[in-house]
Amino acid sequence: MVAAAQDSVNSRVNPSLFPPLFGITPLLDCRHTFGSLLDSSLHPPSLIDARDLQLDLALQLLQQAGALLPEAEPYSAEWLQGLLDALCDLSSKDALTGLVNRRSFEMSLSREVDRVARSGEPALLLMVDIDHFKAVNDSYGHVAGDMVIQAVARSIGQTVRPMDTVARVGGEEFAIILPNCPSTYGATVAERLRERVAEQKVEVATGQMLQVTVSLGGAFAPQWVRSSSLLWIERADRQLYRAKAEGRNRACLEPQTDSLVSAEEKGMLFAVTQQDSE
Amino acid sequence: MNTTTPAANPSGARMRPGARTLAVTSGKGGVGKTFVTANLAAALAARGQKVLVLDADLGLANLDVVLNLHPKLTLHDVFTDKATLDQAILPAPGGFSVLLAGSGMVEYSRLTPEVRDKLLHIVELVKPRFDWVLLDTGAGISDVVLFAVSLASDVLVVATPEPTSLTDAYATIKVLATQQGRRHVGLVVNQASRAGEGKMICGQLQQVLQRFVAAIPGQSFKLELQGEVRNDVSVRQAVLKRQLLLEHFPGSEAAQGIKALALKMLG
Repeated sequence: MVAAAQDSVNSRVNPSLFPPLFGITPLLDCRHTFGSLLDSSLHPPSLIDARDLQLDLALQLLQQAGALLPEAEPYSAEWLQGLLDALCDLSSKDALTGLVNRRSFEMSLSREVDRVARSGEPALLLMVDIDHFKAVNDSYGHVAGDMVIQAVARSIGQTVRPMDTVARVGGEEFAIILPNCPSTYGATVAERLRERVAEQKVEVATGQMLQVTVSLGGAFAPQWVRSSSLLWIERADRQLYRAKAEGRNRACLEPQTDSLVSAEEKGMLFAVTQQDSE
Repeated sequence: MNTTTPAANPSGARMRPGARTLAVTSGKGGVGKTFVTANLAAALAARGQKVLVLDADLGLANLDVVLNLHPKLTLHDVFTDKATLDQAILPAPGGFSVLLAGSGMVEYSRLTPEVRDKLLHIVELVKPRFDWVLLDTGAGISDVVLFAVSLASDVLVVATPEPTSLTDAYATIKVLATQQGRRHVGLVVNQASRAGEGKMICGQLQQVLQRFVAAIPGQSFKLELQGEVRNDVSVRQAVLKRQLLLEHFPGSEAAQGIKALALKMLG
């Protein structure tokens, strides 16, 4: 019983948080004697006092961004965790659209490259650019331009799956990572996005409706291949340029060839092997 | 993939003057790819050919280990402009030249536009100066490997009779056919346990390729057996001594296989 209790103490206590400096370690060995005393000192001493932190700026930033502040008791561990999570969230998002920002997108893309290299799953990267966006800004002003960007972001967000990552990677440029997207669906997905944006009317001023189109370029990650995210972006970008050059308001995908070794192929390879070795 | 590889058209590459470029690759590691490359280079050199072996296994180069060389200057130094190409091309035992990747190339194990341009540039520079440039690629089907292969006019896939090696060789050949538009790939079966095993394995692979690759419209495909190297104790002895089989056991069965491979390559 005592031994079991001792074990559970040892497994809970992180030795690095419990240096002998605090003079508590020896007490641990005689826990059965000083049980009640130790129960109150079981929690490792706090390394910092949260109330010493200058959090005004962080809180102000979150309030301005309209982020939800943690509901827990201020300066409790839970509250601090909520605050950090909210800050992480804020620094990975684009302020105008609420989409993932470029930095966060690049991290997601690198992760996807590594995942696809191991899993062999098909994954599509789409680069999306609003057509003639400069003309919108020039004719209707930057506020209208921002509204158009927000509307396109909304359209894209509503058209993809929750598992897809939609990012704003430049002024009027977006990127979408679609994991586990079979190559036969690529063109359909891109076309649906194009249509959805083209159909949407954006009210930039009272009674003033605008319609914009987008060009899309897409490339699938090379399956089973360790690659770099930079090359993947480059390939999708090349298709985007092609879509622009071919007249805009269209989607161009890099021609895709399936390089997966199917179970059927393996079966055939080994059926022959076994036959021959018998 | 095609669009990212400048020399993706193999027939186009063959038209250029200078060396015949041969990429040696395998899919699976540890099947004797570097062993075959080094000894093939020696066999070609023995036939009066001027041969360069370029260690394109950027991430995990080990040609220097196989050849027992301790290079002061490597591809890494050429990449970083610390050495000229002439300084980094070294004579190897066996009468051929080598351009070693050396260690410290891990940063190049992912294909970036920079690595791509540098490798392309170097291959173009060495081609006019040799009869043969052999590219010893890394294991796997990473895009550094695929890119290195795309630089060569011919491909030689090394496989052993083991199922894992066969699967990986098949996957590699399929990728080369579908992504690089290769119509012809050479095969050398290493560690064959009996005469004729190479022919059998090549037949197996060709049969599956015929069904799944050549069946795609416009994708006629030929896998050609270029050689068979028998499982031979002398290979292990030479490898452990870090010497070329062709120099150390020139009369061995495996060495005969390599010589026959060189003859076939010379056509």
